Amino acid sequence: MVSVSKHALDARGLLCPLPVIRTQERVAQLAPGDILEVTATDPGVLADIPAWCRVHGHQVLETRRNGNLIVIALQVTA
Amino acid sequence: MSASAPLPTTASAASTPRKAVALISGGLDSMLAAKVMLEQGIHVEGINFYTGFCVEGHTHAIRREHQLKPKRNNALWVAEQLGIKLHIVDVIEEYKDVVINPKHGYGSNLNPCLDCKGFMVKKAREWMESHGFDFIITGEVIGQRPMSQRKDTMPVVARESGAFDRLLRPLCAKLLPETLPEREGWVDRAMLLDFNGRNRKPQMALAAQYGFVDYAQPAGGCCFLTNEQYSHKLADLWAARGTKQYEIDDIMLLKVGRHLRPRPHFKLIVGRDEGENNFLNGYRKRYAHLNATSHTGPLVLLDGQANDDDLLLAARLTARFGHGRDAERVEVAVTDLSGTTRTLTVAPLPANEIPAEWYL
Repeated sequence: MVSVSKHALDARGLLCPLPVIRTQERVAQLAPGDILEVTATDPGVLADIPAWCRVHGHQVLETRRNGNLIVIALQVTA
Repeated sequence: MSASAPLPTTASAASTPRKAVALISGGLDSMLAAKVMLEQGIHVEGINFYTGFCVEGHTHAIRREHQLKPKRNNALWVAEQLGIKLHIVDVIEEYKDVVINPKHGYGSNLNPCLDCKGFMVKKAREWMESHGFDFIITGEVIGQRPMSQRKDTMPVVARESGAFDRLLRPLCAKLLPETLPEREGWVDRAMLLDFNGRNRKPQMALAAQYGFVDYAQPAGGCCFLTNEQYSHKLADLWAARGTKQYEIDDIMLLKVGRHLRPRPHFKLIVGRDEGENNFLNGYRKRYAHLNATSHTGPLVLLDGQANDDDLLLAARLTARFGHGRDAERVEVAVTDLSGTTRTLTVAPLPANEIPAEWYL
């Protein structure tokens, strides 16, 4: 059985494109199948992180909002 | 014979597509340049540099009036349209030297365009070398920009970036000496272009040919440093601090709010709407700040040192920019850096008592 490694990234207070850049830097350290949960406050991430995932082939698993907080979970692909 | 950089040739087999890294700004020209290369079978990946001065849709989106407009990162959007990867690189720290000490000077504002181009191509060259790519492409067009895109500056960028003839400008390549990718037959020079000058019609025609619509055409370019008002605020920041330095928060705050310097030793940053007030609210622990409590109004950050008279003036200005502007008295909460708040009751400063030169 392959275990999925979960990771968290705090991008609160950063304005785009910095949350995307931090996501990109973190994903570069992860393995295919790993899950990264990004927490941000800039609503721009709702468009930008999924767009970044699309161009790099990663998969957005979930997007949820809790007040001003936005959480995007993505899975790294090969 | 043109100078050739002593860089390794990375693709070993003829069947392996050559790889180019494309500087992608999010505008039309770099999009077209990348597309021209893709059409020739080149493997293209984009690179986009974040300097802190980029005119981002999201920075505009801080303002409430812009919040209903769809938000997108244009460079990512371009990459999606082209079907290429895009690498966004944080160059905030390294870029400071470009802004503070530009070897080639500034343009009409604090825009160090030629140094900036050389810096970005240099960073792209470093990325190319570390990722095993073969050459660099940009959307530059001779004569497009008065400072950085002239026939005489094209070799300057190629030389100072260290890219030399591994730098290809597909949109005007026919007007320039052959580059390594052309000489080696990786790309067909005959299929490259000869765009020249400020006329945008050739680009628009090529965009139509490729079926590109809805591309970004920022009127003031993609950098705040080309903006006169922004540059004025940055120059004021340097003058007030007595040093030509900045941090990322400084340059972000220059993009937001109404800036007034009533006295040499302090300035005020006044939120213009709810979106800006929310943004400025994120800085309230790092700045003394003011807000009216008897009426609705802006959050105002105070940058600098202020004595009691200055605080009274700042409170009157805070009242002036809120809904209590016509009231006889407005209560204004003044919070210092220790977090201690006191309330001043003030008469809003009449508009005719605010000299135009206070506005930055």
